[in-house]
Amino acid sequence: MGGKNSVGFLALIIGIVLLPFFVTNDYYLGVLIFTAFNCLACIGLCLLMGYAGQISIGHGAFIAIGAYTSGILTSKFAWSPWLAMLCGILLVIVIAFCLGIPALRLKGHYLAMATLGFASIVHIIAVAAVDLTGGPSGLVNIPRLDLFGYVLNSDRQYFYFSWSVVALGVYIAFNLINSRVGRGLQALHGSEDAASSLGINITSYKVQIFMLSAVFASISGSLYAYYMNYIDPGPFDVSHSVLLITMVAVGGLHNIWGAMIGAIVLSLLPEFLSFLSDYLQVFGIEYQPDYDTLVYGGILLIIMLFLPEGIFIGLVKAISFIKASIKKVLGKKFSESGADRVE
Amino acid sequence: MNYPDGTFVDVLQFLIMGIQRGSIYAMVAMGFNMIYNSTGIINFAQGEFVVLGGLMMVSLTMAFNLSIVFAFILTVLFVIVVGVLMERLTINPVKEPTVLRLIIITIAVSIIIKGAAMCFWGKGSHYMRHFSSSESLDFYGATILPQTLWIFAILLFLVVAYVIFFNYTMTGKCMRACAINRDAARLAGIDDRKMVMLSFALSAGIGAIAGIIITPIIQMDYARGAMLGLKGFGAAVLGGLGNSMGAVVAGVLLGVLEAFGAGYISSHYMDAIALVILLFVLFIKPSGIFGSSEAMRLKEF
Amino acid sequence: MSNSILELEMLRKNFGGVVAVSDLTLNIEKGSITSLIGPNGAGKTTIFNLVTGFLPPTSGHIRFAGRVINKMKPYTIASIGIGRTFQNVQIFPKMSVVENIMVGRHLRSRAGILHSCLVPPFLRKEEKRIQDAAEEQLHFLNLAQYAHTLAGSLPLGNQRMLEIARALALEPKLLLLDEPASGLNARETIAMGELIGKIKQMNITVLLVEHDMELVMDISDYVAVINFGRLIAEGSPAEIQENKDVIAAYLGE
Repeated sequence: MGGKNSVGFLALIIGIVLLPFFVTNDYYLGVLIFTAFNCLACIGLCLLMGYAGQISIGHGAFIAIGAYTSGILTSKFAWSPWLAMLCGILLVIVIAFCLGIPALRLKGHYLAMATLGFASIVHIIAVAAVDLTGGPSGLVNIPRLDLFGYVLNSDRQYFYFSWSVVALGVYIAFNLINSRVGRGLQALHGSEDAASSLGINITSYKVQIFMLSAVFASISGSLYAYYMNYIDPGPFDVSHSVLLITMVAVGGLHNIWGAMIGAIVLSLLPEFLSFLSDYLQVFGIEYQPDYDTLVYGGILLIIMLFLPEGIFIGLVKAISFIKASIKKVLGKKFSESGADRVE
Repeated sequence: MNYPDGTFVDVLQFLIMGIQRGSIYAMVAMGFNMIYNSTGIINFAQGEFVVLGGLMMVSLTMAFNLSIVFAFILTVLFVIVVGVLMERLTINPVKEPTVLRLIIITIAVSIIIKGAAMCFWGKGSHYMRHFSSSESLDFYGATILPQTLWIFAILLFLVVAYVIFFNYTMTGKCMRACAINRDAARLAGIDDRKMVMLSFALSAGIGAIAGIIITPIIQMDYARGAMLGLKGFGAAVLGGLGNSMGAVVAGVLLGVLEAFGAGYISSHYMDAIALVILLFVLFIKPSGIFGSSEAMRLKEF
Repeated sequence: MSNSILELEMLRKNFGGVVAVSDLTLNIEKGSITSLIGPNGAGKTTIFNLVTGFLPPTSGHIRFAGRVINKMKPYTIASIGIGRTFQNVQIFPKMSVVENIMVGRHLRSRAGILHSCLVPPFLRKEEKRIQDAAEEQLHFLNLAQYAHTLAGSLPLGNQRMLEIARALALEPKLLLLDEPASGLNARETIAMGELIGKIKQMNITVLLVEHDMELVMDISDYVAVINFGRLIAEGSPAEIQENKDVIAAYLGE
């Protein structure tokens, strides 16, 4: 996995194991669980956007398909949750394949709009196909997941489970990046002409990564359904797809850790903002939750204008800058004391 | 007078509604094309210009009781300022304009405008009084609102203005020159940066007009931007991206197909119809009805 | 000729009304170094793009080792043994030098997406083989000290070497070099000539487009002169230098 990434991975595992000892409030555990769902979707999106260089503003569609497939098969047909999730995965693989082949021939803006259009269509179907999806009122009685008979009941258990899946996702993503396929993707990104002259089938790779990122999204959706035990079209609208892009772009488009940081920061942001609003009230500023959208947009714009590689790279650069400055200062101190001694 | 039978009236009604909706898509498409022609990018905030136009007009006429004409002019100016600000602050300064980055920037602006609209105007839909009378007229058995006639008239006016501007005025010709070959235009002494700013201003203006004239009929709310933008983009692609006259035809066509689909297939899936057409066009002939695939391959995006 | 590795037969390419390549017939002999020369805009890179599948021919045939390759896509062409470099160096700037070459081993390895996701790097024997092969290329081209440098930060001469190393990692039977000496100084050009000689010794046929006449006349076994998309002369370097039509083409009568 590479030295630095392994350290990061270890830190992630340790964080996951220890966090529930510090965060015991169910509400906040819930927020962290939602963060895990976002992280999972963002990892897939990062592989697609950052490594294969494809723009998808419609990833929420695959999350919705995963969630609804799981929801419908379990609540209406009494399927096992695991089987239903697998079915969701297979369904998005097929859809991503069919959609990807014509769509990934498109470039830039065309692809962005096509994915946006697709996500809108999925949302419309979710609302309109009442017999299948429950329409605006949604689906209820979605069962909980169980691991070999052990039902995941508490938030704490679900926290460990969902973040374990995230850790697995990170592991898979890094395996992919440091492989022949990962290199092929980076080559494709560097120069499509050169890559194809070396035998890389550009369209095939793009479609494969599209399918993989759809699988990540589908699993994220299924896990969401099994956690909430209820789903409606609300969270699967176009704004959610846009939010996912925001997370990956803000955190760092070309970097798995960046995507995760973006997902974590922006998932926790509403909590932070409502926390902040209490302080702002002291100054007479009334902060409403409605302002959240403005804040998201503002953050995205500022990052894109001033720190386009994302927060993660920004932090990395800041740290190396600090390290270099410390070395300089220490270096000066040594030369000064050396000069003293000589004299 | 002999009125035709029910089916003919239905067809006529759908046609009218289709052309009405299609006119709006046509205007949004023209806005997309203008920015695309001068910068090569798609402005994801185009739909938000429409929303802003509608909502601002509502405030000026309903809350401040200004006359329609006066409010119209003020609203269009307001949205133009927003468009110019967007170009100056978020597009112009970007030093490494990759496709992805610019797309995300315009998305960011669209989020900000949408958020601001939600804060100022709330989440509800807003009603605005019709330009003239709100009583429907009879047209061979179908009903047509006077507002719809206003829409047709304004679309026609915009088309004529567009043709005159781009073919007979110096500024318009300069903009076209920039669109065809920016470097050559610059060498000929045209300030290409000003042309870009102008294209944003015009785009915003057209978007605002579209929002203003449709609000009396559909009641504007803060969230309509995305769908209008998508469908307008669909019209732009259908007509051949960059080809505004094609966009007008395509927009009207799209609206008509949508109306017939809603009438004969299902009204729940009405929005989906235009989107499915969009996907169809993108996958099968992205150069659109009036575009050429050779020309498309030459453009970067 | 049964000793031809590449046969162009009445090859034609039109772009709208412009004829870029006109009824070109040329045979490239196996194991030779053949140079395509001609004034700028004569259609030489277009010929490369036609052979390597980046452009479809308007009419005519292209045969590689007897097999018609007209309709093949670039990645298929690579898999049958044709490698190439580009006029404007197309290395992968954000990848390291050794990683660039490892991409060249793509067709000599098999790991697909599933295998890559699930099997961690340290368990992959194939990865080790790819890395070793890449390092071998590095040593062959004297680029070993740059192994982990970002390719984009190398000077042009080294970038061109890298691009060739990467194409060689493909183990091609035919290598197309598009203006390999362009932008190189005298010393680098000599080194390039030596490299091309070494490539010939590896039994790889070389077809190059070049403007540096000294290099061309020095290393080529065969020279073909293209002007306005037509073949106006072909022969040994000595024959070409005496050819009146060639001189006329260059001096523009």
